[in-house]
Amino acid sequence: MSAGAYVEVEDLRRVFDVSKPWLNRVIERAPRQTLKAVDGVGFTIRRGETFALVGESGSGKSTVARMVVGLLPPSAGEVRIADISMTDPRQAAARRRLRARIQMIFQDPYASMNPRWRVGAIIAEPIRAFNLIQGEAAIRERVGELLRLVGLHPDDARKYPHEFSGGQRQRVAIARALASQAEFLVGDEPTSALDVSVQAQILNLMRDLQDRLGLTYLFISHNLAVVRHMATRIGVMYLGRLVEVGDKATIFGRPRHPYTRMLLDAVPDLAHIGRARTPVSGEIPNPIDPPSGCTFNPRCPHANNRCRAEVPKLIDGVACHAVEEGRLGA
Amino acid sequence: MSDTVLSVRDLRVVFETRRGTLTAIDGVSFDIARGEILGVVGESGAGKSVTGSAVIGLIDPPGRIAGGEIRLRGERIDNLTPEKMRRVRGRRIGMIFQDPLTSLDPLYRVGEQIVETIRTHTDLSAKAARARAIDLLTEVGIPAPERRIDGYPHEFSGGMRQRVVIALALAAEPELIIADEPTTALDVSVQAQVITLLKRLCRERGTAVMLVTHDMGVIAEAADRVAVMYSGRVAEIGPVESVVRAPHHPYARGLMGAIPTLSDTAERLTQIPGAMPRLTAIPPGCAFNPRCPNVFGRCRAERPEPLPVDRTRVACHLYDERGEAA
Repeated sequence: MSAGAYVEVEDLRRVFDVSKPWLNRVIERAPRQTLKAVDGVGFTIRRGETFALVGESGSGKSTVARMVVGLLPPSAGEVRIADISMTDPRQAAARRRLRARIQMIFQDPYASMNPRWRVGAIIAEPIRAFNLIQGEAAIRERVGELLRLVGLHPDDARKYPHEFSGGQRQRVAIARALASQAEFLVGDEPTSALDVSVQAQILNLMRDLQDRLGLTYLFISHNLAVVRHMATRIGVMYLGRLVEVGDKATIFGRPRHPYTRMLLDAVPDLAHIGRARTPVSGEIPNPIDPPSGCTFNPRCPHANNRCRAEVPKLIDGVACHAVEEGRLGA
Repeated sequence: MSDTVLSVRDLRVVFETRRGTLTAIDGVSFDIARGEILGVVGESGAGKSVTGSAVIGLIDPPGRIAGGEIRLRGERIDNLTPEKMRRVRGRRIGMIFQDPLTSLDPLYRVGEQIVETIRTHTDLSAKAARARAIDLLTEVGIPAPERRIDGYPHEFSGGMRQRVVIALALAAEPELIIADEPTTALDVSVQAQVITLLKRLCRERGTAVMLVTHDMGVIAEAADRVAVMYSGRVAEIGPVESVVRAPHHPYARGLMGAIPTLSDTAERLTQIPGAMPRLTAIPPGCAFNPRCPNVFGRCRAERPEPLPVDRTRVACHLYDERGEAA
């Protein structure tokens, strides 16, 4: 175990059964079908850093996030947070204590709140559930403190979720996440539903809170510019596999995997006014029937026979035969 | 200017509700020239989509156009009868929406839908229309169009579906295309393909495009000129380099700073406090005044008119030489 690692994810796998119902299978003689949403993903997150997973839709990044927080049991592999296994039954008691310190922030804050509860009750729920503070007055005070922390007013505790704008609701969601003295926050596209000016407010808030409270983040996003702004280290996912992992400077400054390069080149950016370009052709293949070997090979300009046959291993942060063999210029 | 395809002057769109009349679009003016892409940006609720709907005459009651003019090649189209407008739509103005699946009928083959559009608006024979549909599919980059033309929408991937929708919009060779968030539902790699395609078609055919999106990156790459909207008004309009690189309006400046980019090194994003006002509570004077860092007395009382500043037009009292704080 590497020193300073707070979250360790090893060879994480998740297979979903997407077969037709039993009767259809019998009548149509159709075999079972499975979808490998996550296929052998491993990474570590150090305490106090922001690790970001980027990828296009269907790359498995949200599935990884859900397995890390324990919302979804992995098919194989292991997640360890603060040296406690999230799967080992012998560590169940320790895991229960740890759970309070892991919280998730979702894309749509409205969907993750009970519309009939006042915001004060929503934020107080983890405090009551984990029995962190006794006494109504003390809980109320803590809720007010949390609201102030995320830039709202303590009086907002009396309002209902629908009385807030999208950005304010996301602030409430962050306050609720922090209510249980969380130290590890997993954000699954936390700003994707927000307008840019509001997104800037939330991203700034998340960074301020990280500095003040020493939080560790796992940040999931499809938006590379947002990831570049937030992350310390980045993992790029494609069809359930990590294709490249590295610190921010490497991923954005010297990307090595052809997919990372393509992705960076494809992002429309303010700096590229009127840019003419030749975009990479093709789309993400159907994950039920992925290409053999390296899953990126049908879209890759450097693919050869080995790429079509053999799955590349993550070596020194890149899973690519062309990089490994030195066929790709830096 | 004889090259002007679309000219919108002082457009006002209101929605009659039980709580009173809400003004969604208030005095919006812009032109789009032949072969030009005008990007219309703004945050949700800024009125960019309503502007697009007004141009194609698709504002549903209780909304209505309460003032101003919309001219297509000099001819007024905002006061046409529904039947006449129906002929303009599709024939002279093509449309591309965010979700390609809702623009396509799931029960008809893609080819049938394109052929239907072509035959509604032109007098081509069924056979010629089909040949033209195949040409269109080829043009928008669908592989094996002779075979794919007989596929159903669900057999196409998201990016391919949006290409079909673009082919459909181009079917009658319109003079103007309204594209409302055409790339928002697509993954970045596919998004890049669709933007490139839209730009190429617009250049080759000389079609004017009104590109409505909240994504400034898309605008920066695709548009020739940009209109930044706020609370149903145009805050700033001008060439894309000026508006993106050196915006004048305090809102446009805040907006550009708030967007994380792949090249910035800033530790913090520019933060505009608050959020856009609701239509029920648009402040008097300049709609942006409660959030504006440069606000002064006049902003709260008097509404700024768009005035030329450098190469753009800006609706802000700061740039009015009569203003006290300019």
